[in-house]
Amino acid sequence: MLGYIIRRLFLVIPTLVGVAVAVFFLIRVMPGDVVVVKLRADGAQVTEETIQAERKRLGLDKPLIVQFTDYMIGLTRFDLGKSLWTGQSVFEEIRIRFPVSLQVAIMATLIAVFIAIPLGTLSAVYRDTWIDYSVRVLAVSGLAIPSFWLGMLIILGLLAFFNWLPKIGYVSIFEDPVANLSALIWPALSVGYRYAAVATRMMRSALLEVMREDYIRTARAKGVYQKLVMRRHALRNAMLPVVTVVGLEFAFLIGGLVVTEQVFNLNGIGKLFVDATARGDFTLIQGLVLLIAVNFILVNSVVDLLYAWLDPRIRLS
Amino acid sequence: MRRLALAVALSVQLAACGGGDATPSDWIVLALTSSPTNLDPAIGLDESSQRLHQLIFSSLLRIDDSLRNVPDLATRFEMQDPQTYVAEIPPGVRFHDGREMTSEDVKASYDRIVNPPEGVVSLRRSAHADIGSIETPDAYTAVFKMKQPNASMLIHFASPWNCIYRAAKLKEDPRFPEKTILGTGAFKFGEYVKGSHWTGERFDGYFRKDRPYLDGYKAFFVKSNNVVTGIVGGQFDAEFRGRTPKESEQIVEGLKGNANVIEGPWVTNLLLTFNTQRKPFDDVRVRQALTLAIDRWAGSQALSKISVLKYVSGLMRPGYEYALPEAELVKLPGFGKDINKSREEAKKLLQEAGVSNLKIKLVNRAIGEPYTTGAIYAMDQWKRIGVETEHSQIETKLFFDAMKDGNFDVLVEFISDFADDPTAQFDKILTKKMSSQAASGHTDQKVEELFEKQARAVDPAERKKIVNELERYALTQAYSVPILWWQRIITNHKKVQGWEHQANHFTASDLVNVWLDE
Repeated sequence: MLGYIIRRLFLVIPTLVGVAVAVFFLIRVMPGDVVVVKLRADGAQVTEETIQAERKRLGLDKPLIVQFTDYMIGLTRFDLGKSLWTGQSVFEEIRIRFPVSLQVAIMATLIAVFIAIPLGTLSAVYRDTWIDYSVRVLAVSGLAIPSFWLGMLIILGLLAFFNWLPKIGYVSIFEDPVANLSALIWPALSVGYRYAAVATRMMRSALLEVMREDYIRTARAKGVYQKLVMRRHALRNAMLPVVTVVGLEFAFLIGGLVVTEQVFNLNGIGKLFVDATARGDFTLIQGLVLLIAVNFILVNSVVDLLYAWLDPRIRLS
Repeated sequence: MRRLALAVALSVQLAACGGGDATPSDWIVLALTSSPTNLDPAIGLDESSQRLHQLIFSSLLRIDDSLRNVPDLATRFEMQDPQTYVAEIPPGVRFHDGREMTSEDVKASYDRIVNPPEGVVSLRRSAHADIGSIETPDAYTAVFKMKQPNASMLIHFASPWNCIYRAAKLKEDPRFPEKTILGTGAFKFGEYVKGSHWTGERFDGYFRKDRPYLDGYKAFFVKSNNVVTGIVGGQFDAEFRGRTPKESEQIVEGLKGNANVIEGPWVTNLLLTFNTQRKPFDDVRVRQALTLAIDRWAGSQALSKISVLKYVSGLMRPGYEYALPEAELVKLPGFGKDINKSREEAKKLLQEAGVSNLKIKLVNRAIGEPYTTGAIYAMDQWKRIGVETEHSQIETKLFFDAMKDGNFDVLVEFISDFADDPTAQFDKILTKKMSSQAASGHTDQKVEELFEKQARAVDPAERKKIVNELERYALTQAYSVPILWWQRIITNHKKVQGWEHQANHFTASDLVNVWLDE
């Protein structure tokens, strides 16, 4: 298992180098000038000479190959450069926002898992009964309702019924758990519902598939209790596709909560990504794309390890 | 189900009571609709940077609620002759680190704008290019010697960006304002969490005694569309940029009698700029026809109910002493009150120019209010004289590319500044030679001459005459014409007291006179 993990980690390096090179050049094909937007968007009367001076200050006047070399050398020292918009370190810009997105992603995942596994199982076990129909309606609604819209409904609901909104601003859960949870539970619910819907449907179909397998029939023929058949034989195997979906959704949530973060005023990675793209802040976009790449690679590795734990045949192969 | 509802209600109440942000009650919580771009006022020209800098720094002069120059730090500010300004600052003004401010600090701060040292970018250098030298005859007097008279200079001395830094710190590191926030303003810098918030605490050594009233502030950076729910839901106490009439109504409704609405004009307008490098917009008759077709007076009535677009005026803010009076304005193309007559004239002009079935590419920012609103109104008005429009709404960065490359027929632009200064207000009607932001692409010696003349006319009566002449000429040539000027509607919780409306969104953010009536 250790060898497997080490092999996976070594594979990360060429992947990240590829991402870094691709993103560096592709971003520069994008039209738009960050300096002009920064200096003129609010109507300031700035001369062309000043714009050139600012471009020089930011190093944008250097040939592309020099900028690329500087960037790659920086990466070897874990230096992602400075934001062209704020002049602050990209690492710092990301570090501030990452805990918010990570916590919402974890909370949404917990909500999804706690809803999806029992509901998906019930739906499969009581197939074509009112329980199954209810769960399916709930799941289809979750897929149909966009998270940000549900978020807006939650905000309006809190205002209409309780004349209250959570305090704005992120407080660490270790510092003030009540303030933290009272602010982040709502975005987690709005995202978690859709996430749960995807996982519930996956759980149901996977379980139905597994329950048709010969080994389940054999277990039943041997007189094993239904509950035991489910717990020991069916559920564990049915979890494989669910784990994949949960992993992919989790990876997507880091950086993917673009609109939801804006609806709930969260200072997260998604909002930062949108702002950076709208402004053409190349260095920040590069850092964020790398973060998302690392995140997907890590989550995929964890999913692979979970596969191996859930199904020993995978481990052996 | 009832139990579930009760549990949700209880948990919401618990969250509302317990924990939360420990903002003391005599701290104001503000919403800002974007983050500052830079800690250094010489670089951060955007609205958010400016609002935050005002809380930290002071200037020699400032703008009052009538947009007139009044003293800030200076106890005496005098124009001795058109090329000499004398500023006297009082003894005892302290920086937040306790050191006394002197005329050396004033000199160092202005020198940094006019002659930035290596590595420092001074974005407002061109506006101050007429400052020749700064002398400091004593510790509390600074004398500005100009290379030539500049009619806008007094406005520049009141610019909210001309903050006073500590000379000794600038000497150690000319870029220190980008990293360290040290001023003489009403509030000391507290904390800045990028993308989230900025805080400041009352500065007990502030030079205006007994001010500020507040103990501190916390400014959150939020998206504009979250402001209404935020104010109604108690997330913020105030937002000072301005809301649309509809949003203002929503706040008033949501706060159930606890809202305070302050309305007034805004030194900002929405402009249409014609690309004179493209046919048929190089023909003054076509440009005049397009401005004649727009019924600004009816637009003012209708749009002001749904948008910030409200006032009819030429190139100067309505109400400003240099603005053309209505009796003169209505004689200019596009400002007459008989719209049928104007449209007939517009059709005739298009016919004379040999233009039929005109289709315009109107390039605009992808920002709803008021850019989309104004553009849709213009398109509707042009349709009435048989002109079709393709409305291209693009991201701001692409908008600037289109502007630079001349990839448009007509551009939706705006003019916005912190004060009424003709030199700044005329920027968009200038030739490319005079202004890098002039998108129309025309060459016009008369515009250049009149512009230069007004910029050097330090006698107000003389300047007004030239400004009016240039305005009449420019609106007749119609290189860039305003659709409407904006209204500023500030709607906050009524507990926020002492804030005075100013016709711009850059100043009046120092919170010096604001208090909370809990």
